[in-house]
Amino acid sequence: MQEFIKKIRNNEIDIVEHTHKVINECKKINKEYNYFNVISEDLALQQAKELHKKIKNNDKNIKNKKLLGVMVSVKDGICVKNVESTAGSKILRGYKPLFDATVIKKVKDAGGIIIGKTSQDEFGFGSFNVNVGLGFEIPKNPFDKQRSCGGSSGGAAGLSQVAEFPHIALGESTGGSIVEPASFCGVFGLCPTYGRISRYGLIDYANSLDKVGPLGKSLQAVALLLETISGFDRNESTTINKPIDNYTDFINKKIKNMKIGIIKEAFVDIDKKIDKKINEGVDKLEEIGVKTEEISLKLPIKHGLATYYILATSEASTNLAKYCGMRYGVSDKLEGNFNEYFTKVRSDNFGPEAKRRIILGTFARMSGYRDAYYIKATKIRTKIVDEYKKMFKKYDALISPTSPILPIKFSEIEKLSPLQHYMMDIMTVSPNVAGLPHLNVPVGFVGKSPVGMLITADHLEESKLIQLGSVFDSQ
Amino acid sequence: MKVKINKELIGHVAEVARLKLTDKEIEKFSKELREIIGSFSKLDEVDTKDIEPSLQPVGLKNMLREDKEEKSFTQEEALSLTEHKKDGYFKGPKAI
Repeated sequence: MQEFIKKIRNNEIDIVEHTHKVINECKKINKEYNYFNVISEDLALQQAKELHKKIKNNDKNIKNKKLLGVMVSVKDGICVKNVESTAGSKILRGYKPLFDATVIKKVKDAGGIIIGKTSQDEFGFGSFNVNVGLGFEIPKNPFDKQRSCGGSSGGAAGLSQVAEFPHIALGESTGGSIVEPASFCGVFGLCPTYGRISRYGLIDYANSLDKVGPLGKSLQAVALLLETISGFDRNESTTINKPIDNYTDFINKKIKNMKIGIIKEAFVDIDKKIDKKINEGVDKLEEIGVKTEEISLKLPIKHGLATYYILATSEASTNLAKYCGMRYGVSDKLEGNFNEYFTKVRSDNFGPEAKRRIILGTFARMSGYRDAYYIKATKIRTKIVDEYKKMFKKYDALISPTSPILPIKFSEIEKLSPLQHYMMDIMTVSPNVAGLPHLNVPVGFVGKSPVGMLITADHLEESKLIQLGSVFDSQ
Repeated sequence: MKVKINKELIGHVAEVARLKLTDKEIEKFSKELREIIGSFSKLDEVDTKDIEPSLQPVGLKNMLREDKEEKSFTQEEALSLTEHKKDGYFKGPKAI
């Protein structure tokens, strides 16, 4: 990628011509795989032309642009000014934000070109990207079109695998939505510490859990985007005001005295073929001197799932209360009283999983049930964070599979009950509940299906993830 | 906590959340949520006596800025995304 950026900077590759080619390529990819909700052709070309002018005029700022000419796709839930941003929901059809999310502003300032909005489960509500909003298309796995891309950042992960042009994806995770699709599509995906990257301009799923993060075919690209978009934001009161590492410096940095815990409970009910591939990954780390030990992480594996779903749906049900067909997004004829009008717009435009999660979250917060569900889950969250923190006193990182299953066929997803669907998040929900940074590392294939290994580190230790993950980065 | 999830309860929760469900949806959601909430009730086993709740995971503190007027959207911009507007205001459905 650095070579490419250099060629763009020196005008050896014409940025406008390149962007034209990429947009055409994206259209072709989209016909085959449904990775985009919108391809932002006008914006991409406008950005390319402006950058071209600066390159030709030897503008002194060009040399500081870390992403110069790199194509960046954006998960639909992240607001891009004047580009339809729906978070994959029919209720936001037609919504063209009046502003850029902070991460988009940073990408544009760094010379990254926004090529479009990628497919996701409606508001991020899913593990397989099949819960798309009414009227949206389901993305297909790059290795087998009968199988899922994983979710909810499915379009981001799929595109990262198939794009042949230099590209990085912006995804978002609430309970595993970056690493799960990264695992199913065989790419790197890094979910940062809660608060490391600004959520300003992200369409909320659950405020205390949402994180924006990068996905890419190479970890180098992921580290580069992470470095560009991290940091404090005065527009976002939950960002962390602490220094940012130069993450790209940790690619292939020599590993000394690192100790890793292998979570034994995470290997109990999984496919033996996945188990074998993860163990090969662990062997590779041991070969370069990383010490490993089996550890037990009982509470996160046993109760993380229920804790996550209660917290996430409780927050989602309040966040989605703002969609009522008045100020933006879809609207209807103003008929009936306000209750009737809001109810009609919401009932007509939310998909089934959005309705299910609104009901579950509303229930968990309701008088009479609140203490037993929502408050209980916030307390268990404290215990989950504590259990991880104890582990990180002894270990630099923890390892598990990213998913208990291989990329699943669409025909098999149909047979799952909603609870069974939720249970597929077993490996990823707890690092999300605890706000810990975690990385999916592709460790090989079982047949045509990629297998991902999940590395989790302590708060703000993204650098360690990059250092360890780069052992597996062949690009 | 043992909760009886039935159609009446789901219908009531939906109404609170401003969703109108069909009879078929109520039937389906009741069955699914019975399974989900039944499974999530296992959290009862976890001892949380004297444990403080965590509303977020990283120990953030309140962040306030000086109470000064800053640049924001104009009234026109704020109204530009809806067709329901009148005399510089949003126009909503009847309140009473």
